[in-house]
Amino acid sequence: MTETAQQMTSAKKIGDVVLAVDNISLSFGGVRALSDISFQVREHQVLSIIGPNGAGKSSLLNVINGFYHPQEGTITYRGVTRKQMKPHQAARQGIARTFQNIALFKGMSTLDNIMTGRNTIMTRNVLWQALRVGPALQEELAHRHRVEEIIDFLEIEHIRKTPVGKLPYGLQKRVELGRALAAEPSMLLLDEPMAGMNVEEKQDMSRFVLDVNSEFGTTIVLIEHDMGVVMDISDYVVVLDYGRKIGDGLPDEVRSNQDVIDAYLGVSHD
Amino acid sequence: MSANLEAASGSPQLDTFPKLLLEHARTRADRPAIREKDFGIWQTSTWSQVRDEVMALAGGLAALGFQPGDKLAIVGDNRPQLYWAMVAAQVVGGIPVPVYQDSVADEMQYIFDHASIRFAVVENQEQVDKMLEVQQACPALEHIIYEETRGLSDYDQPFLHSYVDVQQQGRDWNRDHAGELEQRITAGQGSDLGIMLYTSGTTGRPKGVELSFDNLVITARNTAEFDHLTADEDMVSYLPMAWVGDCIFSVAQAYVCGFCINCPESSDTVLTDMREIGPTYFFAPPPVFENLLTTVTIRIEDAGWIKQWLYRHFMGVARRVGVQILDGEQVGLGDRLQYFLGELFIYGPLKNVLGFSKVRVAYTAGEAIGPEIFDFYRGLGMNIKQLYGQTEAAVFITMHPDGQVKPDTVGVPAPGVEVEIADNGEVLYRSPGVFIRYHKNDEATAETKTAEGWVHTGDAGYFGDDGHLRIIDRAKDVGKLNDGSMFAPKYLENKLKFFPQIKEVVTFGHERDSVTAFINIDLEAVGNWAERQGLAYSGYTDLAGQQVVYDVIQKCIEKVNVDLTSDPHLSGSQIHRFLILHKELDADDGELTRTRKVRRRIIAERYGDLIEALYDGRDQVHVEAEVTFEDGRKGKIVADLAIRDTKTTQVPAAAA
Repeated sequence: MTETAQQMTSAKKIGDVVLAVDNISLSFGGVRALSDISFQVREHQVLSIIGPNGAGKSSLLNVINGFYHPQEGTITYRGVTRKQMKPHQAARQGIARTFQNIALFKGMSTLDNIMTGRNTIMTRNVLWQALRVGPALQEELAHRHRVEEIIDFLEIEHIRKTPVGKLPYGLQKRVELGRALAAEPSMLLLDEPMAGMNVEEKQDMSRFVLDVNSEFGTTIVLIEHDMGVVMDISDYVVVLDYGRKIGDGLPDEVRSNQDVIDAYLGVSHD
Repeated sequence: MSANLEAASGSPQLDTFPKLLLEHARTRADRPAIREKDFGIWQTSTWSQVRDEVMALAGGLAALGFQPGDKLAIVGDNRPQLYWAMVAAQVVGGIPVPVYQDSVADEMQYIFDHASIRFAVVENQEQVDKMLEVQQACPALEHIIYEETRGLSDYDQPFLHSYVDVQQQGRDWNRDHAGELEQRITAGQGSDLGIMLYTSGTTGRPKGVELSFDNLVITARNTAEFDHLTADEDMVSYLPMAWVGDCIFSVAQAYVCGFCINCPESSDTVLTDMREIGPTYFFAPPPVFENLLTTVTIRIEDAGWIKQWLYRHFMGVARRVGVQILDGEQVGLGDRLQYFLGELFIYGPLKNVLGFSKVRVAYTAGEAIGPEIFDFYRGLGMNIKQLYGQTEAAVFITMHPDGQVKPDTVGVPAPGVEVEIADNGEVLYRSPGVFIRYHKNDEATAETKTAEGWVHTGDAGYFGDDGHLRIIDRAKDVGKLNDGSMFAPKYLENKLKFFPQIKEVVTFGHERDSVTAFINIDLEAVGNWAERQGLAYSGYTDLAGQQVVYDVIQKCIEKVNVDLTSDPHLSGSQIHRFLILHKELDADDGELTRTRKVRRRIIAERYGDLIEALYDGRDQVHVEAEVTFEDGRKGKIVADLAIRDTKTTQVPAAAA
């Protein structure tokens, strides 16, 4: 297994820089959430952001998809530099995300939840969609087919018609990934996709993340606490602590970085 | 091409699957042959499409160097492409060897090595990874063909081929070698080796059972006639392809009758898919029927009182007269009216929800089914019957004829089958379905099959006055208690397993003074009950150790004890003491076979302490057990298990 996993990583083509984060600083009143953070994400990369609780990982993700607006610094996505961007603009540019706390429509079925992910790429307006005739119906069928492909991909056929609220946590996470995939993103932001999962669910989720990366060529930025998972699936790791970047590099480099070890294991002050 | 096909199918003897395929593609080209639910929609392939797919793959196999006589391993869930691969191998003149898809690489390696497999058709990346592992030890494996491309785009090994690529190659090959495959089909004979199936085996390594086309085709034809199967049946194919039953129902009978088989979307969606298909012909092992009944019972307990009342009332009616009505016996007008209302309110909707509305014939086999469970389904008006068979017989040895169905028998000898009981009680049979030999194992063949063609089943049984066969137990498992009375462990275990709360039982008693038992509770049924009682538990081990759960199980055992007193042969087998095991018996730990049969020797070795505790009077025993988790890690379970005594009734020895 490990052998094949290595083969996969080595065979993968990591391309040019698609997202550059330059000197980002973000404060909420007096609280400095992020200070002077820079790093780059390359095409087809799996990049992990790690760090202890409160290190600013989710804030950083929120900055990337335009939910928070940093006071300083710039973000360059596919050659376009911007200071402020709205989340829906990010979505239009092919950035999709999942959330640390699941944000699905609990009363709707798996199928419908994933279908909502197609919203940004539906071309007919609300009226057409409400009438559901002619071209709008054609379009819906095409979208439905794509959604079925995602359902097949994530192996959730058995819960297609189940209301999401009734599903166990691990499956809800998978549905959320499905909804993010439905937007056919070129970059996927995953906020702790494996939090609260058991070993088997983590294995499944890791496989799906790698499959998304290799099958669709999607660039993936993820936040994760489980170091085993991070080291196994990442091409590149960025480490945050107290809003500062304390290290980045290949998984092996980060593993042996003294600052990172200190941040995670604590330093004895004697 | 078509001219050649005509010529090939013109051969009078339809004695192989490739010949039957060409015949169906010619005579009923546009009828559905196989359906698969894919992307949420049922996709149908007609017989002529199936022929084209099979011929393309066969050509591709030939192009890759697959020779007549070569073995083709087939690994995966029930997918049309894998069923086509089976026949494609036969078209080329090779032998398909389906392998249980959930076997670990180590188990597969033995089979690949033993069958000298050069080619494998597998379902997906999971299986490809296993194949790559197998290949390290079996370099003979030359080519691996995968159906589902997902996750495999980065695998660049030259011996990996995608299914559609091989088919494309095959179409070219067929063009360059026009008529070649058709010739091979015509040359095929019924006596040729058709398929090789590995038995799961309760002891030792699996054995490769060689079955000829005649074995399969003649058996399928006889039994299809027996049950009046037609070309209009619909069958759901969800049982492992490596199991002889699937080979008979989904391939042999489907090819002989020309009916349509349906592949579910995934193993988790079988129930939903079944409801959509509405099969007319259905097979399931007893646990499937048990689980369905357990689910129904649980759901009814959660339903409103009106529904509960309707269910209780009409199920009472069904229990009373349902079976008689199904068997066409005399039933009073009042009861018929009640039953009619029941059909309207309960039976019809219930069968609809379960997907059994259209079932004409359903079979169960593999182990005994609880009389209550059996009568539940028959009471609903579903024609469920039992059969008795094994891989070596191409399934059928005995079966229930319509109208003569009894829960405690396995029926009368199937058409063309002779059955005899040996002096030691073992069941012997001889039939057109009797296997050729065990692959590379003449010793085992000689032990099992006599020169006259009689096969030892290893099961003990007897014929009743009604001509029906009753199976008691494995011949070698039937033991004796110290007082000389008969001890049939499986018989007792089955009686206990009929309670929904009990999932697995192992009884002990051979060369002992009394009978004792290990119990595995059913986590779903007992867990649901515990929830309604407001009982907190953290998992299986915790729940199994609760005293109230012991109370529930004790009641079940005492009921069985009372039952046993009515049979003079078995009253000595009342269960005196029991304990609830701290973990579920698991095939991954080697305690059960893949088909969930108990491996007594391994359990006796592993739980020797517990067995001793059952007999030395202790009321508690400490255990530390090593378990293997699904990811391969090992862990320890530590627990103190209680042992309970149960009430038994002393039966005075029958007056001479």
